[in-house]
Amino acid sequence: MSDRQYMRVRADMPPGHVRTPSYLRGKIGWVERTLGPFPNPEQLAYGLNAQALPLLRVRFSMAEVWGEASENPADTIDAEIYSHWLEPAEAPHAP
Amino acid sequence: MTDNHPFTGQRWHDMGGGAAGTIPTGQHDFSLWEKRVDALMIIASSQGHFTVDGLRRVLEDMGEEAFETMTYYERWIAAVNQNLIEAGVYTTAELAQRMTAVAARGATYGEAASE
Amino acid sequence: MPHDHHDHLSPSGHPYRPDDDHPLTYWQQMEIAVRELLIEKGVTTAAAINAQIEAMDARSPAHGAAVVARAWTDPDFRAALLEDASAATRGMGFDIGPMRLIALENTEHIHNIVVCTLCSCYPRNLLGLPPDWYKSRAYRSRTVKEPRKVLAEFGVTLPDTTTVHVHDSTADMRYVVIPQRPAGTDEWHVDDLAKLVTRDSMIGTGLAKSPDAA
Repeated sequence: MSDRQYMRVRADMPPGHVRTPSYLRGKIGWVERTLGPFPNPEQLAYGLNAQALPLLRVRFSMAEVWGEASENPADTIDAEIYSHWLEPAEAPHAP
Repeated sequence: MTDNHPFTGQRWHDMGGGAAGTIPTGQHDFSLWEKRVDALMIIASSQGHFTVDGLRRVLEDMGEEAFETMTYYERWIAAVNQNLIEAGVYTTAELAQRMTAVAARGATYGEAASE
Repeated sequence: MPHDHHDHLSPSGHPYRPDDDHPLTYWQQMEIAVRELLIEKGVTTAAAINAQIEAMDARSPAHGAAVVARAWTDPDFRAALLEDASAATRGMGFDIGPMRLIALENTEHIHNIVVCTLCSCYPRNLLGLPPDWYKSRAYRSRTVKEPRKVLAEFGVTLPDTTTVHVHDSTADMRYVVIPQRPAGTDEWHVDDLAKLVTRDSMIGTGLAKSPDAA
């Protein structure tokens, strides 16, 4: 667990077509695997030439995402997040 | 949905974590016209006229009312058409005139789909 | 409006499909118009559209079940599937098109379940079109927050010693779950094993059938 690469999802709330679910914005997870590069869907959606971006599968604990309300804190959620939505972060405090 | 709360930027289709009821168990078989919509999406996008993100963008912009009142493939044909017009594959006038001509062929899908 | 479809033929002499004799809707009108314009503009042909429909109709959970059963019985294939599920399924002869697939293996301690909260992404090129519930607001909303309650609605209760991994299919990858091989099937042939693999078990809302239930 010590060599986990932690990332925080940016907490931006833009209009328009994005593929970062809002329930994960501002949350910290660790990189499960790196994929891509894939064209940026925020450009593809408007018929634009799209920049190729790394796509990271990030794993979040239920405790991190839902806090006290989590059904089972040790269960996890994986999501694919494009790199421009991610910033390096410290490990979140254990719940 | 947000009647009592100011808009935060979370869009209607971004549903993860929202409150919702029991998962529905009903299932319907796809009809021919629905399969045709699906096929048109796959073919037109595979030829580069638009992308699945273009489809999703229009579905999202159609709004929550469309999600609640239109069927899945009704929303898809609306979004496929919007993307094809934006891509310049045909014009709104061409679509308009063809839709009128289609309706004039008969009152049922079977009649209208037969030229 | 009762019809005897056997006696009710279209101008081309074929029976109308049940959906063909309902009143034409605006959106059906649009589908016909769009399809004809795409053919006239040379984007596609009627034959290509029919071929695409047939290709999609041919895809079914049985394809995924064959993949899972092979993974249960062929350790090299299992390793290849976990390494690159797109290549491994293509290697079995399944036409999954450009789909990028990740296989998620259930174990004694891990249960995987797949959802798409933003739309309804599904491994359609392997399993066919998704069930209606997969596209529902309830499934899309709740699965990332209360997967165990969702699983309970599907009749699946997991012990606390099992960790649930929810996968939100947000971008370019699609997912197929490899359910656990049921106990008591050690001597089974791969084709019989495949019959235990349900669609829901490959989404993660179900388990493979037990030999008694098969």
